[in-house]
Parts: sequence; C-alpha cells; structure tokens
Amino acid sequence: MAQEERMTEENEKKMNEVTDQEKVEYSELVKEATPVHSLGIQMLRAFLTGGLICCAGQGILNCAESLGLEKDAAGTWCSVLLVLVSVLLTGFNVFPLIARWGGAGALVPITGFANSVAAPAIEYQKEGQVFGIGCKIFTIAGPVILYGTVASWLLGLVYWVLKVTGIV
Amino acid sequence: MNAETIIGKQSIRFREAPHIVSRASIVGKKEGEGPLGKLFDRIEEDPMAGQASWEEAESAFQKQAARLAMEKAGPGVPPVRYLFSGDLLGQLIATSFGVMDLKLPLFGLYGACSTIGEALMLAAMTVQGGYSDAVLALTSSHFGSAEKQFRFPLAYGGQRPLSSTWTVTGSGAFVLAHTGGKTRMTGATPGRVVDYGLKDSMNMGACMAPAACDTICAHLEDFDRKPSDYDYIITGDLGSVGQTLLLELAGKRGVELEGRHLDCGMLIFDPETQDTHAGGSGCACSAVTLAAYILPKLETGEWKRVLFVPTGALLSTVSYNEGQSVPGIAHAVVLEHC
Repeated sequence: MAQEERMTEENEKKMNEVTDQEKVEYSELVKEATPVHSLGIQMLRAFLTGGLICCAGQGILNCAESLGLEKDAAGTWCSVLLVLVSVLLTGFNVFPLIARWGGAGALVPITGFANSVAAPAIEYQKEGQVFGIGCKIFTIAGPVILYGTVASWLLGLVYWVLKVTGIV
Repeated sequence: MNAETIIGKQSIRFREAPHIVSRASIVGKKEGEGPLGKLFDRIEEDPMAGQASWEEAESAFQKQAARLAMEKAGPGVPPVRYLFSGDLLGQLIATSFGVMDLKLPLFGLYGACSTIGEALMLAAMTVQGGYSDAVLALTSSHFGSAEKQFRFPLAYGGQRPLSSTWTVTGSGAFVLAHTGGKTRMTGATPGRVVDYGLKDSMNMGACMAPAACDTICAHLEDFDRKPSDYDYIITGDLGSVGQTLLLELAGKRGVELEGRHLDCGMLIFDPETQDTHAGGSGCACSAVTLAAYILPKLETGEWKRVLFVPTGALLSTVSYNEGQSVPGIAHAVVLEHC
C-alpha cells in the first residue's frame, strides 16, 4: 500500500514537472508566435538618422574650421555641441522619440552616449545628489566607459609591441 | 476536510460566496485615451499625481482608489476591517506608503501582475471564513516606476521589441462583503509557479502563458467544468503574443479556448494608435479592467459567469542578470452575476 502510494506520488511528480523536451518545443513555439521588427526598414531608418547626425557633425566641423580653428579644436567643438544638443533633447523628452524611430542611428553616435548619461541623471535626481545622481549616473554608460578604457589599454599594448619590434 | 469547500487538487468553492460590493478604478492619461477610457472612475492627467516621484505618484493612485471604493460601498456595508494589497516595486513601497493614511490592518502581497487575483481570493476567504465582515482588495502599478525599476530611466532612448508590453498606470480597488452588490465570487484556483525556461523579460506574455494554461486547466478539472460553462475566460496581461501561445498550449491539453478568451492587456490599449505593442501589463492592468469593464457586464447580467485569471511574471533585475529564467504565475477567481 505504502509503495503503491509512493508510486502514484512519483507519477504525479513526473506529470507536474516540465520536461526538457517540452521546454524546447515551447521555445520554438514562442519563436514562431513572436513578431519582430523588420530588419530592412530598421536599417534604412538607422542609416538616415545616423547619416543626418553625422552630416550635422561635419557641418559644425567645417563651420569651426572656416572660423579659423585648428582641426583638433574644431573636432572638440563638434563633439561638445552634439553632446549639448542631445542632452537638451533628452531633457525635453524629444530624444527618446528620435531613438525609437532611428534606433542605432541615434544611439551609436556620441548623441546616444550623451543620452545614456543624461537620462539616469534626470531619473535619479530624486534620490539625491550623492546616492541618486552620483551613484547611478553611469548605470547605462558605465560599461561603455569601463570596457572602452580596457580596450584602449589592450590596443595600446599591441601598438607598443608592434613599435618595439619595428613593424610600425 | 470540508468536501464542500476544498475542491479537487488546488481549488476552493465558496459556499456562501462573498459579494463584490464596490469597485474603483483610477488610471493615467494614456489609459484614459484607450478603448476603455470612458469606463474608468477617474483619469489622472498628471503622471506624477501632484507628487515628487513616480513611486509617490503610484502610492497616491492607491490611496485614491481605496478611498473611492470604500466611499462607493456606502453606509449599508460594514466598515472595512482588513486590507489586502500589493504592487510591483521593491519591498512593496507603493502599497505601504499609499495605504498608510487609511489606518487599516494590512496584508502586503506580491504576485507580480497577478496580485489582484491573489488579493481577491484571500479577501474572499477572509469574508467567507467569518474573520471580517468587509475586506478591501487593492493593487497598483505605474509606467514610470516600473520602467525605472525593471528597465531604463524614462528619458533613455531605445527601441522596444514588438513582444513587449506597456505597464498600465493606475490602481483598482474592490470591497468584498457577505451581501450587497450584483457580483459574487463563487470559487478560486490559486496558481503554482510554472517555469518553461524562457529568459526573455521583454516577452512576458510568452513567459506567463504556461502558468495561465496550468491554472485554467487545473480549475476546469477541479470544478469539472468546460470553457463553455463561462461567458469568458479573461487573463490579466498576456498580450497578443501570450494569447496565441495560451490558445495553442490549452489546445494541446484538449481545452478549446478559441472565442472564449479575452485578455485585459489587449482590451486596455489600442496597439495601432497607442504604440503599446503586444498590450498592457502591470498589476493595475487586470485590476482596472475588472473594475471598469468586466464587473459592470456581470452586474447588468450581460455576462453570467466569468473566470478572471490575472497573470504575473516572477522576475527581478537581480534574478534576470544572474541568468535565471522568468517563471510565471496565474490566479483564477470565478465571478458570477447574482
């Protein structure tokens, strides 16, 4: 009797458990049922948005150079102005609309980076200057800064090795 | 064991079915512009509700909804003795700060977006058990506080996948008592945590559909009923993706839900004009739809019996970042015209 009971218990347990096979089948079903954005349209939008931002950047650069600035200084002005515009658009809640339409076209240029720093600053300001803005301003941009720096070390090392061995 | 009350594997039948004597729904502007817009009790145009933060705003929604529901219950209903409430925020801060001023003994609940189902069945058990003459079931969610906690700051630019859902801003409140009102809760099937191993937190409908299927099937089996015994089986926030999957999963288990299934997340927004993608979500999604759309239909007798099944995705940013899956839960309550 006791054994019988245990057997039915075990049977029931088996019935309640989701098998790996069921999980695989379900994930295939999910893949079928889940709509995705059209890659072609997304790429076209990103190309247009990113292209427009880069044209604006080139415009600033040409303008600064025609005003007699050195190439480096003109480049700095270009970055600073694009960041400023992006931060202002973030503050007025316009940037999310641009990014929603243009995707990576708006996010990959320096405008996306500026937005990813400005947005947490606005959101976490309510949690205080130190624990809010101070601790959380780089929650999105942090990984980019950290791994960007690490990547530049590695490339620096490669460059140094190539230089020592006389290749460059 | 009481064979009249304890039904099947996991269900409850209420012998003296508690009544839902009043209901209140307060929503944000976007919900007010949706297909159910005209049906809500109050539309709060200011997403901050005059407060300093999203969290405080959500608390304000809860307080307003709770007060309105108790006010609408009227003098004929005994005073509310206990409160069952929950929300999505860490440590239930929207609830604790929202209901503080009500000075009612509180049971804080977490069932993710299924919270109102859990609150309603516990409230009904409390009334039926004779522990209180009237009980308040309450919940809330807010787009701003949910995005901030689970995803990104609101001003961050990004693209939402088509399977994602839009958190409903609002709060729903219900007073349950022995008598009064035109709807009663005759049964309940609390749900189990069901995990099919999905890890995509931007496709919560797919994560929750197996839990909804599990609870609905268990309910029908426990009560020995068919889907046609209900006017509708109404899930909380599966959205369009989750609905497709639920119909498929239930079909495989021999339960035909086609034509009998509605989803609050699909009722509350218009995806064409409101850019909400798969539908609405959040604790308030099912709660305000119940208060503004489902209960009125039961009260007039247009619908006789529905199975209301709020669904929840059980994840946190920690469990997600640590590589855990997103399990689901669904709680079912039987609501009948009386």
